[in-house]
Amino acid sequence: MSSEPNINIEHVATLARIALTDDEKRVFASQLGDVLAYIEKLKEVDVSGVEPMAHAFPVFNVWADDVPGPALPVEAVLRNAPASRDNMISVPKVVE
Amino acid sequence: MTPPHYFCTIASLSDALRVGKVSSLQLMREVIARTREVEPRVGAFNSFDEEDALAQASASDLRRAEGRTLGLLDGIPIGLKDVIAVEGQPLTASSRMLANFVSPYDATVTRKLKAAGAICWGRLNLDEFAMGSSTENSAFKPTYNPYNLECVPGGSSGGSAAALAAGCAIATLGSDTGGSIRQPASFCNVVGLKPTYGLVSRYGLVAFASSLDQIGPMTRTLEDAAIVLGAIAGHDRNDSTSYPAQVPDYRSAMTAIRGPWRIGIPREYFGEGLDPEVESAVQSAIAHYRKLGCEIRTVSLPHTQYGIAAYYIIATAECSSNLARFDGVRYGHRSIEAKDVNELYFKSRAEGFGQEVKRRIVLGTYVLSSGYYDAYYLRAQKVRALIRNDFLAAYRDVDAILTPVAPTPAFRHGAKKDPLELYLSDIYTIGVNLAGLPAVSIPCGFTSAGLPMGMQLVGQPFREAELLAIGRAYEREHPWAERHPSL
Repeated sequence: MSSEPNINIEHVATLARIALTDDEKRVFASQLGDVLAYIEKLKEVDVSGVEPMAHAFPVFNVWADDVPGPALPVEAVLRNAPASRDNMISVPKVVE
Repeated sequence: MTPPHYFCTIASLSDALRVGKVSSLQLMREVIARTREVEPRVGAFNSFDEEDALAQASASDLRRAEGRTLGLLDGIPIGLKDVIAVEGQPLTASSRMLANFVSPYDATVTRKLKAAGAICWGRLNLDEFAMGSSTENSAFKPTYNPYNLECVPGGSSGGSAAALAAGCAIATLGSDTGGSIRQPASFCNVVGLKPTYGLVSRYGLVAFASSLDQIGPMTRTLEDAAIVLGAIAGHDRNDSTSYPAQVPDYRSAMTAIRGPWRIGIPREYFGEGLDPEVESAVQSAIAHYRKLGCEIRTVSLPHTQYGIAAYYIIATAECSSNLARFDGVRYGHRSIEAKDVNELYFKSRAEGFGQEVKRRIVLGTYVLSSGYYDAYYLRAQKVRALIRNDFLAAYRDVDAILTPVAPTPAFRHGAKKDPLELYLSDIYTIGVNLAGLPAVSIPCGFTSAGLPMGMQLVGQPFREAELLAIGRAYEREHPWAERHPSL
């Protein structure tokens, strides 16, 4: 199926911070082209005057008092870190 | 002949525990033995911790001996979909991204189940990050349908449905973003309840699409669903979308509510693509309600045909945002190849996510990207409002809506390879999530090939007790879930 909206996979994958293989780029472009062609259906709907719905029920800002509660111990938090040292998460060099 | 304990309901086991016919330790041992026996063929579990479960069972027996029993769930093994955090246990979301993650805290539903004395048992398989309808997208292994091992159990809560159907848990929890509790329930002959959006806290649930996700029970009967729902529902300040609704005793409330009801049949749900055997099973259920004196009305949900398009824009947009947190820095998979921080993001995500997750992140990123937001995401949110309005308009004339759950019974492994084809099979469940309504999948018979089928009752916001009561009026005379698979 040829698709009207042409998805620039390279650009979108960069926005999403995912390194795609050439195979993935080719397959996704075709599959997502089909999905986008299908999604074009929505253009048939008259949405004039309709308020967009972000949530099932009216949800307003929920405020909490700014008081510290119990928090996880640092060791528990760092247990899932890929690399850590001196109670900090270590990453490859960020600034030259 | 009484069934083995591992095929019994919460209601009956809680009686047996109370009068001392069985201990929690004995029950847990039987469930473990059953799991060891059938799990190699079913593949419902990502992992289970026998020692931990037996310790929880002993603690329950001790409470009982001391007269400190915590309620109907005390000592009952409940399996959890592997997206719900249990402190000290793995939380993988069936993804390589979280293959080595161990939860540092309990999800709110986990905390509540433990407070009710339930045994949190096993980490149940799913489509990676709950994205899929067959549990074939798990990064670790597929799950097999206990009624026919060549078929899928449905998804994404396929492990939760299959484990329950196979007798490896007494009840389970799943999560439902577009049908992920109800569709596998229908494929595996169990009850699956998606509560009203906001009724059950998602704190500690691995997020997929936050405006749609709900946690709910999968059980053998509607009464059991009422018991589990009562334990996990309620306001939670750790989930800002959690609704301050009163939590009734669903079990006694559902017995007190009597019909006859006005039941709506949406004409758009009985068209092309619906398997004739499924249609005939749902028609029999409609006939049953008519016989009970219910008024059956045809209703119209005119925007049904736009549900899938709206859903796959909203759900992928939200998933692209939610899954941005997996960047290889603080937790989750980190690529060892990365030389700088940008490569760390790109490579960790490339290695950690599977195909379907990448596909959805890419689609979601696209529909949110500059220049496309209004055409896709904003328009989808407007169509979503129209879909909700369709339901609310129908509820002026009816108390509940009865539909099929899925267009077909369980399909064969590998039968649906095209993503769009699989997305289209969510047609009957997706509208409920977009509208935030409660809905329950109830077993309604078997095909000539012996595969289970389900019907869906859709209720009004926060009226789960009524929904369960209406379902019970069918289930009482059609206890399909009392049939078990031969494994």
